[in-house]
Amino acid sequence: MSQISNHSLPNPPNYYVPHQSKWPIIATVAVFCLLYGMASVLHSSQVGKMSAMPGWIMLAGLGLTVYMIYGWFSNVVQESQQGLYSAQLDRSFRMGMAWFIFSEVMFFAAFFGALFYARVLSVPWLGGEGDKGISNQLWQGFSAHWPLLTNPDPELFPGPSGTIPAWQIPFLNTAILVTSSFTVTLAHHALKEDKRQRCIQWLALTVMLGVIFLGFQLYEYQHAYRDLQLTLSSGIYGSTFFMLTGFHGAHVTIGTIMLAVILVRVTKGHFTKDKHFGFEASAWYWHFVDVVWLLLFTFVYVL
Amino acid sequence: MLSAVLRVKHLIGIVAGLMLPVVSFAAWELNMPKGKTPISETVYDLHMVIFYICVVIAIIVFGVMFWSIFHHRKSKGHKPANFHESTTVEIVWTAIPLIILIVMAIPATQGVFAMYNTDESDLDIQVTGYQWKWRYQYIGEDIDYFSVLSTPKEQIDNLEAKGEHYLLEVDEPLVVPVRKKIRFLLTSNDVIHAWWVPELAVKKDAIPGFINETWTSINEPGIYRGQCAELCGKDHGFMPIVVKAVEEAEYLDWLAEKKHQRELALAKAAAEAELTWDLDELMTKGQEVYQKNCLACHQDQGQGLPPVFPALKGSPLIKGDISEHIRVVLHGRTGTAMAAYSAQLSDSDIAAVVTYERNAWGQNTGETVQPSAVAELR
Amino acid sequence: MSDTSTIVQNDTQDAHEHHPTGLSRWLFTTNHKEIGTLYLIFSFVMLFIGGGMAFVIRAELFQPGLQLIDPEFFNQMTTMHGLIMVFGVVMPAFVGLANWMVPLMIGAPDMALPRMNNWSFWIMPFAFGMLLSSLFMDGGGPNFGWTFYAPLSTTYAPPSTTFFIFGVHLMGLSSIMGAINIITTIMNMRAPGMTLMKMPMFVWTWLITAFLLIAVMPVLAGCVTMMLMDIHFGTSFFNAAGGGDPVMFQHIFWFFGHPEVYIMILPAFGVVSQIIPAFSRKKLFGYHSMVYATASIAILSFVVWAHHMFTVGLPLAAELFFMYSTMLIAVPTGVKVFNWVSTMFKGSMTFEAPMLFSVAFVVLFTIGGLSGLMLSIAPADFQYHDTYFVVAHFHYVLVPGAIFGIIAATYYWIPKWSGYMYNEGLAKVHFWLSFIGLNLTFFPMHFLGLAGMPRRIPDYALQFADFNMVTSIGAFLFGTTQLLFLYIVIQCARGKGEPAPQKPWEGAEGLEWTVPSPAPLHTFEQPPKVD
Ligand code: HEA
Ligand code: HEA
Ligand code: CUA
Ligand SMILES: [Cu+2]
Repeated sequence: MSQISNHSLPNPPNYYVPHQSKWPIIATVAVFCLLYGMASVLHSSQVGKMSAMPGWIMLAGLGLTVYMIYGWFSNVVQESQQGLYSAQLDRSFRMGMAWFIFSEVMFFAAFFGALFYARVLSVPWLGGEGDKGISNQLWQGFSAHWPLLTNPDPELFPGPSGTIPAWQIPFLNTAILVTSSFTVTLAHHALKEDKRQRCIQWLALTVMLGVIFLGFQLYEYQHAYRDLQLTLSSGIYGSTFFMLTGFHGAHVTIGTIMLAVILVRVTKGHFTKDKHFGFEASAWYWHFVDVVWLLLFTFVYVL
Repeated sequence: MLSAVLRVKHLIGIVAGLMLPVVSFAAWELNMPKGKTPISETVYDLHMVIFYICVVIAIIVFGVMFWSIFHHRKSKGHKPANFHESTTVEIVWTAIPLIILIVMAIPATQGVFAMYNTDESDLDIQVTGYQWKWRYQYIGEDIDYFSVLSTPKEQIDNLEAKGEHYLLEVDEPLVVPVRKKIRFLLTSNDVIHAWWVPELAVKKDAIPGFINETWTSINEPGIYRGQCAELCGKDHGFMPIVVKAVEEAEYLDWLAEKKHQRELALAKAAAEAELTWDLDELMTKGQEVYQKNCLACHQDQGQGLPPVFPALKGSPLIKGDISEHIRVVLHGRTGTAMAAYSAQLSDSDIAAVVTYERNAWGQNTGETVQPSAVAELR
Repeated sequence: MSDTSTIVQNDTQDAHEHHPTGLSRWLFTTNHKEIGTLYLIFSFVMLFIGGGMAFVIRAELFQPGLQLIDPEFFNQMTTMHGLIMVFGVVMPAFVGLANWMVPLMIGAPDMALPRMNNWSFWIMPFAFGMLLSSLFMDGGGPNFGWTFYAPLSTTYAPPSTTFFIFGVHLMGLSSIMGAINIITTIMNMRAPGMTLMKMPMFVWTWLITAFLLIAVMPVLAGCVTMMLMDIHFGTSFFNAAGGGDPVMFQHIFWFFGHPEVYIMILPAFGVVSQIIPAFSRKKLFGYHSMVYATASIAILSFVVWAHHMFTVGLPLAAELFFMYSTMLIAVPTGVKVFNWVSTMFKGSMTFEAPMLFSVAFVVLFTIGGLSGLMLSIAPADFQYHDTYFVVAHFHYVLVPGAIFGIIAATYYWIPKWSGYMYNEGLAKVHFWLSFIGLNLTFFPMHFLGLAGMPRRIPDYALQFADFNMVTSIGAFLFGTTQLLFLYIVIQCARGKGEPAPQKPWEGAEGLEWTVPSPAPLHTFEQPPKVD
């Protein structure tokens, strides 16, 4: 990637500042409708006043979001194809993406925090161990074992009959994601050597691996709900399990879509061997998703 | 919403209030009470030490500042100096505060240790927070009662003059012996509350599903008043705490008396459970029970505060099957603010209040519930 | 707040590309100055809404007894007041200042990601629309305090809580994107020669603030997401019956919440560090130590969160750790205070409105900080916690802290924004009335707290009556005084008053004073040379 500092140039090319854009405000409306609709759906089901309207608002928001993402990105792609973007602007994109990924890391940190808190503190306390072990008086007969199969109040939160063994599908999935991280890197190298055909092959393989991972994940969820009664509402184990793996799955989905789009762009002949930020951004994201999974595998499944 | 905001009868209240000579309860209290326990004295001393340190720091910092504000102004033709760095002073004013802090940290640490040491207690009391009352269980003695705000609604609504202990008075205070180490086990039945009595310097959160420990030992007899100190919903401002500390002998008498009363109450309840009541008896008793236990949420006309506190009047539950109605009162509704009353109310209480809820507010269904019916469902 | 219409008139460089006017101009703009203006106007509107709620609170507390509103509505007022002031007033105001000033101060043509900039802003009105709409739903709006502790905010919450949660998601989205934009701008858009250690303090403080924002807003998002799951999908994160813990909520919330309070003060530190040297006609004392102090405050802010939870029954070791770490923050903050004082020392000071507000900032923030230090002493906090002493503490750091910082910045830079000088006489009146009103409002709260008045109560025992009345009177004074501020700003924006020179302040330094007043719509399209 050509990292020549803009400053060192005798007279730097202007930093491209688009004059006016309709996309941000569309994005705002889209996201608002989506969330407002979602909130209304949940709200109305809670107060028992079901109506179709909220659902439609939500769908409208979703549609608008898709339209917005498509429109906004193709707008950016065009500008990039027209060569409007200086090296400095390219650097802005990189930093933006990097910090965005950092924010995602912190988002997951919250849920990992919850997992550790439950495992190390609250569950043992309720089971009669540690500083607040006296709390066990309120939960006669409850004892702490992780994974938590019987909850302090089994009436309210019936525990799961079992949990997902680490060394079967999850391990397979680990292998799949790690491989996909390699394949995407190989695709990147291919692109840098201008070997498009090879790039396309590796990229396609990566996308496929992503899809397979998701397939396995869905199968696992079915198994958990049907055969193990391991659900969101089966106590803190289920809560943390589905929260972490669920959000990770959502991110894999996004990552897969991003890579798929990149795949299409490569086939369309976008990008040059030394200017292909879109590609790199998606690759970064993919690696991030991979790393999160490794943590998940260790702390949710293995330990 | 506005209807909820403006309460006309309270506008009268304002006027009335304005006429009250405010200064009459002039208590321009400036500082923390020194308190009546070893811990409260430690805390008080600690508080004063930090306070004075802060005052000194403030005087120095502001002193220098105002001195230069006064002398180094352009209007006095003062020319700006051009120094703008000095590693030495930077180090100095990093080090000095650090030392001050270390000096502060020592007594503070001792204080924390003292507060956390709940060993070798003479008396254990479990305190449970409810929306919006406190429950006291003397562990070992079978004494178990609720303590509720006793300030009349009229005073709160400014319809009559406010008493001396406005909002800080309860029907049954917590009675404890002086100079004994009392260990409190705090928990909650619904949301988080906090049990706080300033003069004892005891404040600890009551957390649903967990037990917190704290302790006190009161130097001298007296009545000590406090309040719930954690936002716990609508009546958070109306769940006071009153601790009555008495000499040991007096405490033992009280204990005996209390147990006696309890037996009487049980006997009475048992007796009442036997007899069959007619509607009027149930209604009068029911009204009492309702006002003490249900009114805060379901309101005086049974209209509730929907959707969080549902209306009773004309609700399917009231119209529907009686035993289901009784069950809800006995065992509460998990996942809602509706608490279980099996521990607090006798069969006849529940029979009465259920009857009341089915006949009051012009519903007169004529249905009556007998204690025996409640007993079966316990 | 600035008069953008005049900007367009003066906007000569921009003649080549026609510039839309009317609503579409504001909806589609990608210009950092216009977006900055939008942010500032939005936060000013919010100040009056949040302030109006404070009025309601103070009116109810004017006397013992329930006069005007029901307890449950009082709780909604308290909650909304806190939420609006924190997320709707202070944060957007500082983002607005960053939008306007950071590019001007580092010699950049605009923000690094102009379109995303527009997106970050426009989410805000929608987010607060959603939040405020919850007040009108049956069951009322959020009534569990701005800290929304579970289970009061989950199992026992009004149904509108769902809208509150998604509102917070939207605000988080906006803040994160805004922060990413600012951090990228500062790292990547500096003019040649503008090295990090040459950056103005305001830029430095915002760089660090942006980092804090990106680090903690996602945690808040995660926190409210868990609430959502507990409410609607049967999870038990904050419910002991399923192995969770209500206190876990507090740990996650305050991991966000404490850095949040420094997010609200660091940019104000930056503003004051610009203004004090300017009006002392003397370089900022200890620039380097200022930078390091700010950084250490930010780092420390990640390891002090449980000082809000001294009474929840933390294990002994945790109680002590969080007490010590919290006390430590006094050191770097002290360094800053001492640096400001030494900057004034032997200067040649004049006291125009920006300087007045900055001096008041130093004094009153220090008072608030010192009371904060008292709160950090765990055993003492058992008495202070959840009383008006805490309310006094945080209003001293927030109102004469954050808000005065914003007001000072407005007076300091409004000539550059609008091209006109504000009315100095009125501004001085505004200062003195605010100063008196504010201390009348918040100082007696210390006494109330120490005497034992809990916070978040709609009615109180009789011994608290007198100081509450004083406080309420002060609040009305302070609040209505801000209407004067509104008037002064509008006068400026409408072009009433002296035309402002390029550099209205004798002692001021920095690139922003090298462009004409008002600053044309596009500045530094060719980066200036800094040496
Ligand atoms: C702008 C926002 C802001 C800022 C800057 C601060 C700054 C500090 N705060 Fe504050 N705080 C809040 C906003 C803020 N706070 C809010 C909103 C709450 C309530 C939340 C809620 O519950 O609703 C709160 C609550 C709060 C609590 C919890 C109280 C309770 O609920 O029981 C504590 C406890 O430790 C605390 C401590 C501190 C400390 C030690 C600082 C320090 O950073 C202060 C450092 C500054 C100084 C110390 C003064 C200057 C220094 C010197 C002159 C050097 C010499 C001094 C010494 C060596 C002592 N704060
Ligand atoms: C930056 C943050 C900020 C700011 C600026 C303020 C400003 C003010 N606050 Fe706020 N406050 C908080 C943050 C802030 N507060 C927080 C976080 C809480 C905790 C909430 C909780 O417990 O959960 C709190 C809680 C709080 C309480 C405690 C409530 C309780 O515990 O029950 C009180 C009580 O007096 C109070 C008062 C005030 C007053 C009088 C002002 C004044 O400075 C406001 C002055 C008014 C204006 C500046 C606007 C001008 C308005 C007008 C001119 C009126 C015109 C409009 C109409 C009449 C509709 N605040
Ligand atoms: Cu119970 Cu507040
Ligand atoms: Cu804090």
